[in-house]
Amino acid sequence: MSEVLRVNPIACDGHGLCAELLPELIRLDDWGYPIVDGRPVPKELLSHARRAVDACPTLALALGRAERAASDRRTRTR
Amino acid sequence: MTRMAVSEVAPRAQLPRLLAALHADGSPVPFDEHLGIYGAPPVQLGRRLIDLVEASGLSGRGGAGFPMATKLHAVAARGGRKFVVANGTEGEPLSRKDKALLGCVPHLVLDGAALAAAAVGADEVVVAVAERAVRERSALTRAVAERARRGLDRVRFQVAAAPDGFIVGEETALLSWLSGRAAKPTLVPPRPFERGVRGRPTVVQNVETLAQLSLVARYGPEWFRELGTDEEPGSALVTVAGAVSRPGVYEVGLGMPIRELIEWAGGTAGPVSAYLIGGYFGSWVAAADAERAALLDSELLPFGASLGARTVFVLPARVCGIVETSRLARYLASESAGQCGPCVHGLDAIAGGLERLARPEHTDLLRLERWLEQVRGRGACRHPDGAVRLVASALDVFASEVELHAAGRCSGEGQVVLPTGTAR
Repeated sequence: MSEVLRVNPIACDGHGLCAELLPELIRLDDWGYPIVDGRPVPKELLSHARRAVDACPTLALALGRAERAASDRRTRTR
Repeated sequence: MTRMAVSEVAPRAQLPRLLAALHADGSPVPFDEHLGIYGAPPVQLGRRLIDLVEASGLSGRGGAGFPMATKLHAVAARGGRKFVVANGTEGEPLSRKDKALLGCVPHLVLDGAALAAAAVGADEVVVAVAERAVRERSALTRAVAERARRGLDRVRFQVAAAPDGFIVGEETALLSWLSGRAAKPTLVPPRPFERGVRGRPTVVQNVETLAQLSLVARYGPEWFRELGTDEEPGSALVTVAGAVSRPGVYEVGLGMPIRELIEWAGGTAGPVSAYLIGGYFGSWVAAADAERAALLDSELLPFGASLGARTVFVLPARVCGIVETSRLARYLASESAGQCGPCVHGLDAIAGGLERLARPEHTDLLRLERWLEQVRGRGACRHPDGAVRLVASALDVFASEVELHAAGRCSGEGQVVLPTGTAR
């Protein structure tokens, strides 16, 4: 089962710790807020990803199961 | 299966449908007159209405175009106390269609809400209208009182005066406010069908969608599909604004050529350069392209546009599209709920870049493009995405104007035409 990183943009205050701990998967935008690409976290980076999640002062970063997008749900029910 | 739903007299297969009973002076159609034309809403259909809606292919008329049957199914499947919210906030400054419905034919909207409530097992309906839409709100309040006197409805109606503003109509923001919190979007999931008003399963529908539902319930899906296309059946209300002889709200069959709509609106007034389609979250389309497209998402897609808020604004050639877009970008930046960093800082930066370009002063266009790229998809709601879409389309459609501005000139005559913020 693959896991992905997610940012809660409401909770995120742009402290930037995550990008420092996990530059392989997280970069900052021009204003210091993290950009994650939504791709599965490679196995070898999982422990680093967990560390970044734990380090977030506002609990805005999460590691979760890849979820089917809303757009898929729509085509399915149509 | 559904004989009862299809009225023996199924009037108005053609246009107008929603606006068929409209008074010439725009005064609200009273309940007695409404009942004389349409009869009582067939709430006895109950849950079977959802099958009719599914067969009709009715999709949301608020902007996102989500299939209505899906939402109804989702809430019907849940237990306990439930709500129906009729979203008539219409924060889009160019749009008038929901105000037209609420102000002129409020009982069609209330019928639809009562039917949706019966279909999902809700007994409370909240109709949300913007605070500043005073006329529409009083028409609605009177309509609710008329119905209470008749005692026909099994549901309880409440009219809520929602705070003004662009973002309030976003469904999670509206639900937050109706639940006693700030009118700001929340993260989804949970979606409204899971946790809506006061945490209860809630159907949120645009008021036009509910009015359409009331006709589907009476006349059936086949009737509904006599207008529109297989992919997007039915009629729809469109607000036409800008450089046309008769701006206003028009009811069209989906798929109608834009050229025809403009003819209905009395034709363009003077030379025009571009169309803004879908409101302030929409896209600019060069006039020549727009005039051979149709009011259908699949037809607009090649031009990077979609129906969105169902507004068509025609830009006069004497007005600069870059100047207008810089004003809209600033407006959208100021309407951010202020919750998500990329939206707060990104939209402000993008608006600033466009304002420099508009003046015209030197602007780093590569940096502007990078900002657009960075902000897209980074909010809890679609607000930043909508703003980015609008600005990106402007840089594309007004590319020669951008070059002119880069050389320190502007083709506009100094006028501005698009409303920002006072949508009344």
